[in-house]
Amino acid sequence: MALHLGVTGGQGPESDRIYDVIIVGGGAAGLTAGLYASRAKMDALLLEKSVWGGQIAFTGLVENYPGFPDGAMGPDLAIWMYEQATKQGLQTLSTEVTGIELRGQIRVVQTIDGDFLAKAVVVASGGEHRKLGVPGEEEYAARGVSNCAVCDGAFFRGEIVAVIGGGDAAIDEGLYLTRLAKQVLVIHRRDQLRASPVLQERAFATPNMSFIWNSVVEEVLGDTNQVTGIRVRNVKTNEPSVLDVTGVFIYIGFDPAAAILGDLVEQDEHEYIRVSDLMATNVPGIFAAGDIRVNSLRQLVSAAGDGCVAGLSAYKYVTEEFKDGEEGAAVAATRSASSAAQ
Amino acid sequence: MAKPSAVETSTFEAEVLKAEVPVLVDFWAEWCGPCKMIAPLLDQLADEYEGKVRFTKVDVDAYPELANRYGVRAIPTLLIFRDGTVATQVVGAQPKTTLKRHIEAILQGA
Repeated sequence: MALHLGVTGGQGPESDRIYDVIIVGGGAAGLTAGLYASRAKMDALLLEKSVWGGQIAFTGLVENYPGFPDGAMGPDLAIWMYEQATKQGLQTLSTEVTGIELRGQIRVVQTIDGDFLAKAVVVASGGEHRKLGVPGEEEYAARGVSNCAVCDGAFFRGEIVAVIGGGDAAIDEGLYLTRLAKQVLVIHRRDQLRASPVLQERAFATPNMSFIWNSVVEEVLGDTNQVTGIRVRNVKTNEPSVLDVTGVFIYIGFDPAAAILGDLVEQDEHEYIRVSDLMATNVPGIFAAGDIRVNSLRQLVSAAGDGCVAGLSAYKYVTEEFKDGEEGAAVAATRSASSAAQ
Repeated sequence: MAKPSAVETSTFEAEVLKAEVPVLVDFWAEWCGPCKMIAPLLDQLADEYEGKVRFTKVDVDAYPELANRYGVRAIPTLLIFRDGTVATQVVGAQPKTTLKRHIEAILQGA
């Protein structure tokens, strides 16, 4: 793995500089948008608050990304995508975006490091794991509560852990944990899994994976240092019980990270961003790609595909709307109108 | 150029717990991609805070007992110690500015 994969921190906002495009989010969608924008010779800046590669940085073997007959490790793909995009000229900064606003034709991206200006913005900020919202969950984050089996599983060798959820992510990560933990308890609020048939088949054939149906977690228990158990309740019988586990891996869903947009662009009732087939939102110069958009398939390959479309759409938008160098069409129109009046 | 120094179980007390200044401990491992991504930021911060904050790192594979003692079961985790106790815990890869805010808060005695 490349050690020089440095977040290029330290460069502050340059108040007068107007980037062609700023991309928010450094996952597969954002990095691909950046790759295409940079290859189109745009002055492109990508902002990421955590880890390059987004979700794939937290997955194991990826078996459904075309071109890798034996699969590829997610963290490797993450690094390769980052290197490929930056080699083409994409600039990056490790910072957290707090908002986006319009200033005439300029799009202002607000961050904890100040404001950055651009002609176009691609929002590819993905989503966040949904939380249980129970006591102990925050307190024991990184002390036994986790959303990443591949990252944290090694800390639970030979122990008993719980996986919360019944979808693809829960079962996939749970199966990974069965190779490390002594036993994996899958806690699901229904009486059957939602995961794909192939994963279900593997799950039921794995001896050290067991299932606690119709149950929800009510509290994460600990000894102030680490997790020692969870309190669950059967939703059918209302019967409470305590399970002695040292790890709690939570996969109960995903919410779009759209708060930075406020109500600037059109979203659906779950806050996913509505886009056209060109990844354009209803606001000119603001595009969205990947898991944050309505109807995303939430696959690596579809996120990359979205990123390509958004990057090229941003390029097309910027070349058409800002024909006269730094000046926008609106500025140019104003000028030609005033010269016509003379 | 200051760089985070590796500490181990036998040096932890002297290097971290008995230090005159606040000490940031980066719990990391060779297999942890996000740990590698924040390493350059910690290098920069070690430089910027030279003399004010000591930067150290613990390889959790080599010294699991240290991770265990402080309940660290996810990496990267950064613990900032002051006067021998944990003053702040930072979980996961975070931007440099966020890390700086945590450090400044410790330096201002918050």
